[in-house]
Amino acid sequence: MYPSRFAYEAPKTLAEAIALLDANGGEAKVLSGGQSLIPMVKLRFASPELLVDINNIPGLDYMRIDEQGNLRIGALVRHEDLEHSTTLPATHPTLAAASHLVADPIVRTRGTFVGSLCHADPQGDWAATMIALGGRIVAQGPKGKREIDMREFVLGPFTNALAFNEIAVEAIVPPVKGKAAGSYLKLERRVGDFATASVAVALDMNGATVGRAGCALAGVGGRTIDANDAISVLVGKTLNAESIEAAAEAVAAAADPRTDHRGSADYKRHIVKTFVTRILNNIANSEQKAA
Amino acid sequence: MSSLYDVIPPAAGADVPVRRITVEVNGESRTMDVEPRLLLVHMLRQGLELTGTHSGCDTTSCGACTVLVDGRPVKSCTMFAVMADGKKVETVEGMGTASELHPVQEGFKQEHGLQCGFCTPGMMLASKALLERNPNPTEDEVRWALSGNLCRCTGYQNIVKSVLWAAEKMRNDQPQEA
Repeated sequence: MYPSRFAYEAPKTLAEAIALLDANGGEAKVLSGGQSLIPMVKLRFASPELLVDINNIPGLDYMRIDEQGNLRIGALVRHEDLEHSTTLPATHPTLAAASHLVADPIVRTRGTFVGSLCHADPQGDWAATMIALGGRIVAQGPKGKREIDMREFVLGPFTNALAFNEIAVEAIVPPVKGKAAGSYLKLERRVGDFATASVAVALDMNGATVGRAGCALAGVGGRTIDANDAISVLVGKTLNAESIEAAAEAVAAAADPRTDHRGSADYKRHIVKTFVTRILNNIANSEQKAA
Repeated sequence: MSSLYDVIPPAAGADVPVRRITVEVNGESRTMDVEPRLLLVHMLRQGLELTGTHSGCDTTSCGACTVLVDGRPVKSCTMFAVMADGKKVETVEGMGTASELHPVQEGFKQEHGLQCGFCTPGMMLASKALLERNPNPTEDEVRWALSGNLCRCTGYQNIVKSVLWAAEKMRNDQPQEA
């Protein structure tokens, strides 16, 4: 399959890339890992006139924790960079858990974390983790940078809040207050498939008490489901059978699944409840072991 | 210099964008004029006539078109040739020769890791990339690393055995440290 014809530029600086987007008034697309965009243009779901390849711009492949404790992930960090990180499992267990489940190992060598967020697929894995973690996107345009809350970044299926002349240059995960706990569970029919249903949970634990609680779902709605309000029933509580059941019920109620070839709506809602329960039980068990 | 312009079906319009790229393919520097929409897999197969790289699903699912770009496995149906400008690409043709097989190729022969052979080049390159990072993988790690490559013949069992065979051979071939 061939995409329709497009022009191609591979600028060496962000300023040049932004100028190219600006000059092409909405007919240009940013190309990073290409693992979503290239299939889209091959299927001609998208037919941009210009692709601005940012892979040759130096200094965008960092992943670091800044002085304030924010995790900052540059636009050219590949999925496998997160997967192979030795520090991420302790600092950001939710991201670490999802890093093995995005697409397949070969796609993960090319596809980028930030690009995946921009793609805004309702079944995308990273968007769920970022909404659960309260993350933000840094957009850079001709007038400088602005930060966009992940909950406002995804406007709908395959639609993000970037202006036509902005590039998502960085993702920010705010600091954990206390100890980070959480995970990401995904039911997929086979490796590389999109989620039948998946659950991201991110908790800040103060000893045995839940400080902040975040949750988001993929595959069970027309967009990534923000279940942060639902899981907030855990805030200030300890994790026990009663509180876990209440949280799992609330999150499952926030899901908005549809019956399709991957399963019935009831089945998907049941998976959500099971996954929330499983993640919270695992956190409770590891808290007990640590105590 | 070869032009890949003509492998793209001719369409109306004279102002077709073309870019000159230089790619190191299996150790040899190749310079070509390509249309930006040319996929890496077609550059290799039609342009350079390296037909060992197979185009299977064309939808980033099957991994038959896997090649190494700067040492990392990539599905060449999901990368434009222009994105490989200045990079090193390795295909199955660069792995070994008929008389001197790469240990991974030898493993696939010894352990019957193929039947029809269509997925094999991609399987072998993904395996090579795994063994370069992890010379002593467990069976689970091999299955995990190859989970982006589909085989409809073997049931994977002999493919996994082949990779483990190659890993052992490569470890034994390494000079032993005192």
